[in-house]
Amino acid sequence: MNLKTKYMGLELKNPLVASAGPLSDSVENIQKLAAAGVSAVVMFSLFEEQLKAEANALDAQLAAGTDSFAESLSYFPPANDYKVGPEQYLELLHKASQAVDIPIIGSLNGISSAGWIEYARKMQDAGARGIELNIYYMPTDPSLSASAIEKQYIAVVAAVKAAVTIPVAVKLSPYFTSIANVARKLKRAGADALVLFNRFYQPDFDLNELAVAPTLELSHANEIRLPLRWIAILRSQMKMSLAATTGVQTSAELAKFLLAGADVVMTTSSLLHHGPAHATKLLAGLEEWMKTKEYTSVKQMKGAMSLKSVADPTAFERGNYIKIIEKYKAEYTLPV
Amino acid sequence: MKKLTGIMDGNEAAAYVAHKTNEVCAIYPITPSSPMGEFSDEWSAISKKNIWGTIPLVAELQSEGGASGAVHGALQTGALTTTFTASQGLLLMIPNMYKIAGELTSTVFHVTARSLACQALSIFGDHSDVLACRATGFAFLCSASVQEAMDMALIAQAATLESRVPFMHYFDGFRTSHEVQKIDLIPEEQIRALIKDELVIAHRARALNPEKPVLRGTAQNPDVYFQGRETVNKFYDATPGIVEKIMAEFAQTVGRTYHLFDYTGAPDAERVIILMGSGAEAASETVDYLTAKGEKVGVVRVHLFRPFSAKHFLASLPKSVKSIAVLDRTKEPGSAGEPMYQDVLTVFAEAQQAGALPFGKMPTVIGGRYGLSSKEFTPAMIKAIFDELSKPQPKNHFTIGINDDVTHTSLTYDNSFLIESDKVNRAVFFGLGADGTVGANKNTIKIIGSETDLYTQGYFVYDSKKSGSRTVSHLRFGPAPIRSTYLVQSANFVGCHQFNFLEKTDVLKYAAPRAVFLLNSQYTPTETWDRLPRKVQQQIIDKQLKFYVIDAYKVAEATGMGSRINTIMQTCFFAISGVLPKDEAIEKIKGTIKKTYGKKGEDVVQKNYHAVDQTLANLIEMPVPAAATSQFEMPPAVPAAAPEYVRNVLGMIMSDQGDELPVSAMPVDGTFPTATTQWEKRNISLTVPAWDAKTCIQCGNCALVCPHACIRMKTATQADLAQAPAGFASTPMKMKGQEDKRYILQVAVEDCTGCALCIQACPAKNKEQVSLKAINMVEKDPILERERANYAFFLSLPENDRTKVDTTLVRDVQYLQPLFEFSGACAGCGETPYVKLASQLFGDRMIIANATGCSSIYGGNLPSTPWAQDKNGRGPAWSNSLFEDNAEFGYGYSLTVQKHREHAGEMLKALAGDVGENLVTEILGATQNNEGEIALQRARIVILKQKLAGNAKPQAKSLLSIVDMLVRRSVWIMGGDGWAYDIGYGGLDHVLASGANLNVLVLDTEVYSNTGGQMSKSTPTGAVAKFAASGKRMGKKDLGMIAMSYGNVYVAKIAMGANPRQTLRAFAEADAYPGPSMIIAYSHCIAHGIDMVNGLRQQKLAVDSGHWPLFRYNPLLKEQGQNPLQLDSKKPSIALKDYIYTEVRYKMLTHSNPEAAAMLLVQGQKFVTNAGRCTRNSRRPPPPRRRRSEAWFMVNG
Repeated sequence: MNLKTKYMGLELKNPLVASAGPLSDSVENIQKLAAAGVSAVVMFSLFEEQLKAEANALDAQLAAGTDSFAESLSYFPPANDYKVGPEQYLELLHKASQAVDIPIIGSLNGISSAGWIEYARKMQDAGARGIELNIYYMPTDPSLSASAIEKQYIAVVAAVKAAVTIPVAVKLSPYFTSIANVARKLKRAGADALVLFNRFYQPDFDLNELAVAPTLELSHANEIRLPLRWIAILRSQMKMSLAATTGVQTSAELAKFLLAGADVVMTTSSLLHHGPAHATKLLAGLEEWMKTKEYTSVKQMKGAMSLKSVADPTAFERGNYIKIIEKYKAEYTLPV
Repeated sequence: MKKLTGIMDGNEAAAYVAHKTNEVCAIYPITPSSPMGEFSDEWSAISKKNIWGTIPLVAELQSEGGASGAVHGALQTGALTTTFTASQGLLLMIPNMYKIAGELTSTVFHVTARSLACQALSIFGDHSDVLACRATGFAFLCSASVQEAMDMALIAQAATLESRVPFMHYFDGFRTSHEVQKIDLIPEEQIRALIKDELVIAHRARALNPEKPVLRGTAQNPDVYFQGRETVNKFYDATPGIVEKIMAEFAQTVGRTYHLFDYTGAPDAERVIILMGSGAEAASETVDYLTAKGEKVGVVRVHLFRPFSAKHFLASLPKSVKSIAVLDRTKEPGSAGEPMYQDVLTVFAEAQQAGALPFGKMPTVIGGRYGLSSKEFTPAMIKAIFDELSKPQPKNHFTIGINDDVTHTSLTYDNSFLIESDKVNRAVFFGLGADGTVGANKNTIKIIGSETDLYTQGYFVYDSKKSGSRTVSHLRFGPAPIRSTYLVQSANFVGCHQFNFLEKTDVLKYAAPRAVFLLNSQYTPTETWDRLPRKVQQQIIDKQLKFYVIDAYKVAEATGMGSRINTIMQTCFFAISGVLPKDEAIEKIKGTIKKTYGKKGEDVVQKNYHAVDQTLANLIEMPVPAAATSQFEMPPAVPAAAPEYVRNVLGMIMSDQGDELPVSAMPVDGTFPTATTQWEKRNISLTVPAWDAKTCIQCGNCALVCPHACIRMKTATQADLAQAPAGFASTPMKMKGQEDKRYILQVAVEDCTGCALCIQACPAKNKEQVSLKAINMVEKDPILERERANYAFFLSLPENDRTKVDTTLVRDVQYLQPLFEFSGACAGCGETPYVKLASQLFGDRMIIANATGCSSIYGGNLPSTPWAQDKNGRGPAWSNSLFEDNAEFGYGYSLTVQKHREHAGEMLKALAGDVGENLVTEILGATQNNEGEIALQRARIVILKQKLAGNAKPQAKSLLSIVDMLVRRSVWIMGGDGWAYDIGYGGLDHVLASGANLNVLVLDTEVYSNTGGQMSKSTPTGAVAKFAASGKRMGKKDLGMIAMSYGNVYVAKIAMGANPRQTLRAFAEADAYPGPSMIIAYSHCIAHGIDMVNGLRQQKLAVDSGHWPLFRYNPLLKEQGQNPLQLDSKKPSIALKDYIYTEVRYKMLTHSNPEAAAMLLVQGQKFVTNAGRCTRNSRRPPPPRRRRSEAWFMVNG
């Protein structure tokens, strides 16, 4: 069985990639993922904003109370060097890229154009084989138009592409009026791959405390439908690498995404839930399914059920919506 | 060779040599010497080597007694060893100093000379401590300046190796130890040249060594001890010559010349002052000034004080001398004179006896005291002494610098005598501790010192408060080394970084005519002028000042600097002072910013750059009107309603005029009135809490946690409120049966530090807008007048009846008047809420022994006292003995209570016929277990006193003198973890084991907070502290477990932020327990590197993570057949990292040494988990079969 695939120019031994998440926080865990069979690891995201906030907080708290009282002019021993920038992230990336023989992809969330460029370059220097731009951004400013936001995305991609030689992927949010249009613009700006989609953590309310409560829930298999649809659509429209993420729990989702046209399929939730070794099971399950269906290679599967390839393309388009509504009426509406 | 210069203070200068010339440093932190140990530790931590290519070992001990023992041991086994100390610390070293000297062991102790605790503690400089060691056999070598602190440190080290006599090298605490100067560094090869390897090898050869065993430290008898003591004479005889020789070698190698006694002045001087230490610099400067005017005066600067070489001393004096003043910076009450005065007289008398006096006639010699506790010693005072020496019969045993209107020892002096040179640029800056003024000025000194040929001097004055503290920086820049060892008296530049200082102190008294005045003002230029007090306007006009204004907080806000205006004010200084060309200066500031903040991240650097640029755009030169227009005068420091003593004495200290108080104003024995912070309205916070009565659920949490007792609760009747001012808030009580009463929560806004802990503690949320609570921070200015009146009215309302308060309820306890209020503790302090709570519960019968540390400073530092009194004049009686002996000190209280109670009972029985059997039986049988019973006992004692009043029997009079002991006293021993876990642990252990009825409150911040964050044995694994720069490796000592092992000690571990009810119970049970009780209270602290507003959250996280389990161990339960240990917290619900990484003390290690942080996190988590697993039988009632998860914490049982 040939599981090989190509993702933004990287030759991968199989289509299962560990997506950006807490499992990539140590060389040891990355080694476990590699041993379990994933073909690449996207590191957890480096948040420029967080780095800045931490540096400022450290500065403020180390200065608090100093030079105020004659007996305690300081409260901490001076450290020779604080690693408040991206040093620790880059060190881990470097060590991981040395420790395993699969590509390590850096993930970056910047807030300034200087940050995007500087950190992307540093990731490349540290040994990243690719960069995933995690453009996590809540557009709450009412004066900001959709086109202005899109322009910002495009500018970031162009700037990073100009700064590095390694391939660059963009992890997208599903909240664009015209996803296909944005995808095309990003491709033109130089993006080598799109990762569909970013999951935004939606806060909840704590009724007891009358407080906004952050939530973090792992994705479920039924969440694959949104990316599944868009991969199937985009696969038929453009020649660029596509990565599917969200909702991969079993080999079934893996197979579905490949059939829709994904070059790679990413997961964190299932690996967090079952442990890194779960990757082996996913791959074995995929092979088993392929055997049953007499597929001999992933290449053969990729896009077999994309918009262009399915018998009834309306299933991905508006027609599907109408069908579902009708089906619902038929099944659940009681006769008057 | 290019001159190697450095900008540093005296501590760094001395430590520079000590670290390079020793193998071992054993220390214990004490102000002002702590930085020497910290520098050494820091250098060893970054692998700086000594001159032999090895990294010195630095060890922190549990006390100075311990440090000197470790020094002695390391010396005896051959290591070159040093220590750094001062004051009480040096006293604790005296026993070992005798040993070290008696054994002729080469070592140098570097001492920042500091006052001793007598009528009061003082952290400031004089020679009382070093001179108390005269008899130890140590040689004394004194430095007078920062440069000398480096030079003499090396000379001492070389001399001790050659002479075998141990040396104490000392310099003045703060004036030299903390004065920043540009000095010439001694290159390592020159140090190497002066320290002879053969002497080091000889030192090692004398060490204890089982390869060639010897025995040292015998016990000797009358037959030989005396002879043995005399064996050392030849070594002492040789020492002055050795020091002289080494000084000559030093001059040849390094290029600076010193002698045992250095004379400066006219060769034909007739009047000479003799002194040692920093005062000699000011004296030399004054002598130069006076001799230039033709006066025949001189000064002898003493370097080698012990052994005192008569030969060298006599040779140093000009033959023409007729009168001499010997100045001692100490006081020896009852002596014939202070030490150096006596030495000089002895030398003269012996020389005269021997016919060797080198003068035509025996000079007149007088002795004087000066400069105690860093009292200023100025050219005016020095001139006054010379003037006195001109008199035919000058005053002997004089004092200078004070007004002694009691025994009339003081000389008068003319403060207008100034000798500040025009060649020296002088600047004074008033800032807040929190605004970074001192740091900015230190940077300024670095810029000017390193980028120009100018010499620099910086000296910083701090106040005694830990919140809203004010700093005054005194800077000088000049073409020659600066010897003005006194505050700037006439400045070319005055910076006032806080507008409201102009209303509190005379800022512009420092301004020289035509000086530049820079003011940080939040007002528009026109408004700024109008808001200046009239006196300030007049000073600006009269002195023709150039007046500049900047709204630094606006610039700081706009550039992301928060409340740190350091960079902004520094930029202003360079832009308008003219010390450096403006553009060049700005470039240098940016260079320094890069150096200072570079390692904290590029963003921090950029925002500082931005602040510099914005400053220049916002700096305004103000036109000065021809006449003062303001009708507003500086208000008095304390209101007219304050008691006379507060107005006339404490008020003077509050308004920076304490130097003017005469001797007669001071108590003879250090006794001060309590309840005086109420008169010092500091108004340090711009925002204060405001109560929203309709949202409030009346829980009392806000009042409970308020560290400064600014939130007060009372209940009142509608009638009580008839005269309430408009806007006085109250609401119906939310308590069954009490709805007709009014509930009042009042904020003392003028005393609030703005910490906002109350907001964090409030559980109630506004229904319409959940971001608001029942108490919210608001701007103070708009409500100040109203709330001032409201607070006054609140105080006039009757106090709640103590006997009707349910002391088991948090809310009810807040109706009790706090008898600890408005202390100088840090905003958001984690200790003071416990202290205040104790004062509410037991304050009217409480007697407190307080260990030295944060709590003794915020509790007992002048000018005002937070320990307060109730309407009956009762309140806590408080004293501080020392750091190391507090448990024993408090134990002494309990012995008195026990004895006097017993004796009062005996006398009462004997007087039964006079006062009535019934009364005697009632008094002696009273249980006094609650407020009601105590009130009844107080009433009985009132009757008893009345009955005894007219009784002429001696026993009746005697009983009257101790009759109050029959009301139950509550003895409290308080202190921090440095005391309880380290220096005072031996005593604490003994006192707990004594079975005495006393209470111990350990305010556990897990670090030495008061001396600036040194590791204690309470510091947890993984926390960064001074002397644990790579994170503490060992676990936290379990003081509670140790105390529980006695079985008869009540022990509680509490954290108010996690469980206030448990805190309350612990206090009540501890007081009620008829034996020793100890409460260990988690106290969040600024030294944890947290935003103090989150203090209570940190307490909860500490408990939730299992780091700080809550429990109470009550031996009384054992007697009732129950498990004495009750666990009051649940099984850990969060991982340790989710607690510790919210605090910089842990988090910084992940930035500076991630590997160590990861390793220590695992270790720390294991410690917490294992502590839990080894536990059992912790809950009551015990379940028949225990599941493992329930027994996560307990002692081995």
